[in-house]
Amino acid sequence: MSDRVLDVKNLSIDIPLAEGMLHAVDGIDIHVDKGETLCIVGESGCGKSLTSLAVMDLLPKKAIRRLERLDLAGASILDYSEQQMSDIRGSKMGMIFQEPMTSLNPAFTIGNQMVETLQRHRKMNRVAARDLAKRMLEKVGITAADQRLNQYPHQLSGGLRQRVMIAMTLLCEPELIIADEPTTALDVTIQAQILLLLQELQSEFDMGLILITHDLGVVARIATRVAVMYAGQIVEQGTVKQIFDNPMHPYTRGLMRCIPVPGKTKPGEPLGSIPGMVPSLVGKFTGCRFAERCDHVTDACRQSDIELRAESGKTQGYRCIIDAKEMAKVA
Amino acid sequence: MLFYSIKRFGLATLVALTVSFISFGLLYLSSDPAIAMAGETASDADIEAIRKLYGFDRPILVQYLDWLQRAIAGDLGKSYYFRTDVSSLIGERLPTTMMLGVSAITFAIVFSVPLGVAAAIRPNSIIDRIALFLSVMGQALPSFWFALMLIILLSVNLRLLPTSGSDTWLHFVMPTVVLGYYAAPAIMRLTRTGMLEVLSTDYIRTARAKGLRPSVVLFKHALRNAIIPVVSLAAVQFGFMLGGSIVVETIFALHGAGFLAWESITRNDLPTVQGLILVFSLFYIVLTFLADLLNAWLDPRIRIS
Repeated sequence: MSDRVLDVKNLSIDIPLAEGMLHAVDGIDIHVDKGETLCIVGESGCGKSLTSLAVMDLLPKKAIRRLERLDLAGASILDYSEQQMSDIRGSKMGMIFQEPMTSLNPAFTIGNQMVETLQRHRKMNRVAARDLAKRMLEKVGITAADQRLNQYPHQLSGGLRQRVMIAMTLLCEPELIIADEPTTALDVTIQAQILLLLQELQSEFDMGLILITHDLGVVARIATRVAVMYAGQIVEQGTVKQIFDNPMHPYTRGLMRCIPVPGKTKPGEPLGSIPGMVPSLVGKFTGCRFAERCDHVTDACRQSDIELRAESGKTQGYRCIIDAKEMAKVA
Repeated sequence: MLFYSIKRFGLATLVALTVSFISFGLLYLSSDPAIAMAGETASDADIEAIRKLYGFDRPILVQYLDWLQRAIAGDLGKSYYFRTDVSSLIGERLPTTMMLGVSAITFAIVFSVPLGVAAAIRPNSIIDRIALFLSVMGQALPSFWFALMLIILLSVNLRLLPTSGSDTWLHFVMPTVVLGYYAAPAIMRLTRTGMLEVLSTDYIRTARAKGLRPSVVLFKHALRNAIIPVVSLAAVQFGFMLGGSIVVETIFALHGAGFLAWESITRNDLPTVQGLILVFSLFYIVLTFLADLLNAWLDPRIRIS
């Protein structure tokens, strides 16, 4: 247990809307160990970003967060005040956002924004803080770091800005980093570089990393464990090998069919897709949330909520009434 | 920054020249200046003599350049009514107007920026409602009416402040409030809108994710960006106060440039009007230029392109 960096139990997020209560996230359990990368996968609007913001306690004001347990590095931070939370944000846990173009303040230099983080959390004078900031920029592969410190965000490219964000997040060597689609807004070539960098830094600093993405290629490359989210719930979780080799939930299987595999997918053969739309999560919802889009749907699917179940002794779990043996047959 | 400043300065100079040409042309727009100067009873020969004497028979461009040269040297001609130099006339009146303008814009900013920020932090809260109420009032109340109400309350009933004149700072309190309150709503609303917009940006979320204290997030990260459009607006309003405080100066009998403008307009004192228009426009131009520089200093995206 001592290696457990983050332990979240039964997280729900409700957002009151004019049309009614939106149950955006419903009963999520996640945990991350030291040196482990948990990838949270799912399509837009499935609640993966909200989940990460909920861990940081940075949800929009009107969102209602409910949790049974929120432990960071063995200590419960569930009842922390805003003041206490701000003490650990940026020092014990950090977050990297999707949009490097807008995530840095345009009015201040890179150096200024990095130094202020350090001075907030560490007793450090300007010179020492600047020096550390410079070394951190070098660590994330930024050349001429001294010059970069004096530059403003708009003078840097998207890839560079994301590197700056990563360097800034690492300054206080947090135990947990949450990266919310850190490469979505970048060029494909830059995406690979940034992911590689994240992976290297994670093992160097021995942090827990939560990577939120909708790109299964990314997941295959860097995940230790995977949680697949659909409509506010985790529908399947397991190690990266389990999920890719033996996906159990029909949704996960559908996702896998959408990826072209070099050598396997024949030219001209249409890629898979999942027909239908994500259900509305406003109001009460009973039954499997994927039922409308599932090929194997039966009446039982719609009658009661499906639990996330694990085969005995296995780390893989999924939320479907079809059990593993049957599932192997239908595949 | 230097290149930007030079560019802005060049632009400001061009605008100033255009304005000077227009204000020079005003004299010719209304009537033949020779007839106006000679008076109603003058004979044709007298008018012709005056036309020659003052050089009104020369080509207009020559006259303009001649006038411009003298204007730059500080000679704006003679007032028809006051029979003194227009430039010294304006010079006498400017300090009062300046004093009023500076105190009014300071009042407006000190009053409305904090209120705008407070309203943006808690939209739809009590503070936001009060701020909205105050700004609607400020927008809707005609300044002459507000001024008279203040006089009735503070001078007539409570006998706290003098009603008119410009001898002590007490004389400036009510004019400052009236003029400043007139400018405040726009500044307050712009501050509120700007803050609301900035507070929902990604970089504010980043600042919070870094664990920065709420005051740092608010005043360093948010206000710095939200204030940029406010600077431009305040500059324009300041220019308006320096030139257009005619109503307020008249009510409180502050003998400033606005009052002078009113006097010379009612008396057809064209050279004075012309001089005032020129001076007021130059204020606008200089203030806009300064606001541009201030904005460039605040926003590196303007400074470094």
